[in-house]
Amino acid sequence: MKHFTEEQLIAYREGELSQRHAIANHLSRCEECRAELARIEAVLAALDTLQVPDPGEDYGRRVWQQIAPRLPERPGSWWRAWFEPRRLAALGAVAALILVAFIAGRITKRSNPGNTAENREQVRERILVVAVGEHLGRSEMMLVELSNADPKGSKQKQVNISTEQRRAEDLLEENRLYRQMALQEGDAGLASVLDELERVLLDVAHGPQEVTPAQLEAIRQRIESRGILFKVRVVNQELQQRQQGVRPLPAPNNSQKQERNKV
Amino acid sequence: MNRMPQSVESVKLANESDATAIERTLAGDRDAFRVLVERHSHSVFRLAYRLTGNQHDAEEVVQEAFLRAYQKLSQFAARANFGTWVYRIAANYSIDLTRRKRKEDARRETPAISTQDNPELDLMEMLPDTAPSPERLAQSLELRGQMEQALAALSHAERTAFVMRHWEGCGIEEIAAVLNSNSGAAKNTVFRAVQKLRQMLAPFFENKTQARAVGTQS
Repeated sequence: MKHFTEEQLIAYREGELSQRHAIANHLSRCEECRAELARIEAVLAALDTLQVPDPGEDYGRRVWQQIAPRLPERPGSWWRAWFEPRRLAALGAVAALILVAFIAGRITKRSNPGNTAENREQVRERILVVAVGEHLGRSEMMLVELSNADPKGSKQKQVNISTEQRRAEDLLEENRLYRQMALQEGDAGLASVLDELERVLLDVAHGPQEVTPAQLEAIRQRIESRGILFKVRVVNQELQQRQQGVRPLPAPNNSQKQERNKV
Repeated sequence: MNRMPQSVESVKLANESDATAIERTLAGDRDAFRVLVERHSHSVFRLAYRLTGNQHDAEEVVQEAFLRAYQKLSQFAARANFGTWVYRIAANYSIDLTRRKRKEDARRETPAISTQDNPELDLMEMLPDTAPSPERLAQSLELRGQMEQALAALSHAERTAFVMRHWEGCGIEEIAAVLNSNSGAAKNTVFRAVQKLRQMLAPFFENKTQARAVGTQS
């Protein structure tokens, strides 16, 4: 008689659906496999006797009392975080880009007084193009560095990715803003790429500071399987082309957005 | 006499959904976060205790998890439910904390007797190679000690996967998210954890000759 492996029996015990029917059938006929499953059960049942101390009914209230004085006025206090020294440089760069875009918009406005609404839209798009291009460039750099954090060949058991994590946190805030802007602009393709990027950034930002080579490989595979680096590169390249091509400011080009939707 | 307003308030808090509490917190009502803390503290503590193995560290994890959740609440974006999200933060912090403590312990202790330096160390080598006796099984204290050691000897990923799956009933996808891996790898980690625990605790439960060779399908 063909027996099931320990792995299959554990999976069955854990509620795994594949081969469930076949295993159940087999168990009803095979004493050896039943005994094996019983041994697995016995170990797990014994482990269940390990008690977790009861922290008390009012534990939630005590936790609140302990953390409440340490909470800032507003969650995230994102505007405060933006003024941390490590973010000032990025903030300055974004502010400069907005200022340039604003001045460019004003100049264009003077030269085409009859077309104000269209110009305003173009200025907004210009901001999006320049700022998002910068953002994608920095994101790409972070993802490439993460992909190249190489423990191979060394005896390193853990890889510290805290630097990449901090950068991912910074990029995450920006990414959310740009994604919302892209949605407002009706640029679904860009918003979709930014959304995917956000998921990767979230994974990195909320993961452990030190990862095993296997975990790092899993992060790499996730980046790779989503094709996120490729998408970021394509969109960034296209934004750069648009940036070069919008002098003087052209009308918003829907076909470009449609093309990006295909990426 | 001020009991009535308190109970009305607590009923109001209890009925508030996580989503509403998050919305209010993000709008600047800091006290709304209290609902989330009070609602999820026990389950986060249970997870943290099983991951860290002691009450002091578990309490630190709980506090830190909620502090981080509050700080990052604007990033939450309601994609997952709050309980899962704070669980994930707690699990990651537990891993970092345990790893940090192991490193500190390793610096202080002599490596000869430390099992914590090498999480992959097979505890079977430390156990006497004898068949189990009823007396031994009766020594529940010893068994408890061995079970705690066996859990401590699992790698961070194995322990996290086992705790989340076996004790907390988490889905494989959820475990994969915490471990930063895919569902296949997460499943494998759960299996490896159970298999190692079996091997380490075998002297208490089965005669080695009874145990089937691992992975046989004859």
